[in-house]
Amino acid sequence: MDLELMINSFPKLLSAAVITLKLLSVSLIIGIFIGLFFAILRLNKNIFINKFAYAYSYVFRGTPLLVQIFIIYFGLGQIEYLRLTVLWVVLKEPYWCAIIAFALNTGAYTSEILRSAFQTIKPGIIEAGKSLGISNKVIFYKIQIPIAIRQSLPAYGNEIILMMKGTSLASTVTIMDLTGVAKYIISTTFKPIEVFIVAGGIYLFMTFIIHNVIKFLEKKYSFN
Amino acid sequence: MELLAFGDTGWGDELFYATLMTIAVSITAMFIGFLFALIFTPLKLSKNKFLNFIANSYTTIIRGVPELLVIYLFFFGGTGAVMFVASIFGYNEYIEINAFITGAFAIGIISGAYSTEVFRGAIQSIDKGQFEAANVLGLNKFGKFFKIILPQTLRLAIPNLSNVWQITLKDTSLISVTGLVEIMRQSYIAAGSTRDPLFFYSFAAVLYLLLTFVSMKLINRLEVKYSRGY
Repeated sequence: MDLELMINSFPKLLSAAVITLKLLSVSLIIGIFIGLFFAILRLNKNIFINKFAYAYSYVFRGTPLLVQIFIIYFGLGQIEYLRLTVLWVVLKEPYWCAIIAFALNTGAYTSEILRSAFQTIKPGIIEAGKSLGISNKVIFYKIQIPIAIRQSLPAYGNEIILMMKGTSLASTVTIMDLTGVAKYIISTTFKPIEVFIVAGGIYLFMTFIIHNVIKFLEKKYSFN
Repeated sequence: MELLAFGDTGWGDELFYATLMTIAVSITAMFIGFLFALIFTPLKLSKNKFLNFIANSYTTIIRGVPELLVIYLFFFGGTGAVMFVASIFGYNEYIEINAFITGAFAIGIISGAYSTEVFRGAIQSIDKGQFEAANVLGLNKFGKFFKIILPQTLRLAIPNLSNVWQITLKDTSLISVTGLVEIMRQSYIAAGSTRDPLFFYSFAAVLYLLLTFVSMKLINRLEVKYSRGY
C-alpha cells in the first residue's frame, strides 16, 4: 500500500470528479426533456408516432453507450456536409459529443420510466379532474405530470446512479473526468489498487449522496 | 457493402468472429457472475451480521463504481496480482494473463453483483409456507433446495436475470479498452484502417441490437417454460 500516492492523487481526482458531476448534471437536465418528450409520444394513439418513440428507446437501450459515443464523436465528423453547418462548432468538441450521447441515452431510459409512470396513474384521478371542469391541458400539466414525476422517483434515482457510472466512458474520448484521471495515474505509477480505492471511494460517496437525496425527495413527496 | 465482404477484401469475416467473441465473453462472464451469486446470495440471507456486511460491501461497491474503473483495476492489477502469487511459489518470470480471462473476470464480478441482488430478491419473495411445507414433507436440505426452492426462485428470477444478461452483454463492449478483439475493438480497427468510422460503429450498433433482440426472444421462451402452472 502506497499511502503517499493515495494522499497525493486525492486532490487531482477530486477536481476531476467536478468534471464528472458537470457531465452528469448537464446530460441529466437535457435527458429529462428528451425523456418527457418521447414519453408523451409513446402515449400518443397514432401508431407511427408511437412506433417511432418505441424504436428510439429500443435502439438506445439495446446498444452499449460506448458505441453511441463513438458514433457521435468519430462517426459524425465523417459527414462532409455536417462540417459546414453551425452544428460542427458543437460536434468537434469531445465534451459536447459525450454530453449529446449521454443525454440521448439517459433520455431513452427516462422515457421508459415516465411512460410506465403515466400508465400507472389511476383513470379515476383524470376523471375527477374532468368532472371538475378542468381542461385537458391543465389536467395533463397540473395533475398527470406531477403524479408521474413522484411515481418515477425511485426508478429515476437508479437511472441517475447508472448515468453517473456511464459518464466514466467520457474518458474514452479524451475527456479527463474522474475515470480518465484515475487511468492516467494508474498507467504512470502502476499502482492500480491504491488509485482504485481513492477513485472508487469518490464514486461511492457520490452514489451515497444521490441515493439519500432521492430517498429524501421520495419521503417529502409521498402521498401519505 | 463491399466493406463487409468475407475474405481479404472486406471486414465481414473479422466482424463475424468478433461477434462470436462478444457472445463467448458475455456467456463466460454471466457464468462467473452466477458463481459469485452462488457464494454471496447465501451470505446476504444469512443471519450473521459479519457475513451480511461482506456481501453488502461487495454488491454496494460494484454497483456504485463505474464498470470501466473495475476493468482498469483488473487490466493493470491482474498481472501484478498473479505474479505476486506466483512469486510466493518461487516463479519469478513475467506472466501475461490473457485479455479474455481478465475481461470475462472483470465483467463477471460486475454481473455477479447484479445477479446476487436478483437471487436475493427472488428467494425472499417465496412464500414462507413453501419452506414450512417442505419441512413437513420431511425433505432433507438438498431436496428442499433443489426440488422446492430453486424451481420457484428461477421462475421469479428469470425476468430480472434477462436484464442482467443485457447489462452484461453491453458491458463487454468496455473490454475493448484492454485489446480483446470483440465487436467494439474490431470496429475500431476497421474504422481506423478504412477511415469510415460512421459505417463501422453503426454496424457495431446493429450487431449489438441483433444480439439483444435474439437473446430476448430466447429468454422469453425460458420464461414461458418456467412459469408453467401459473
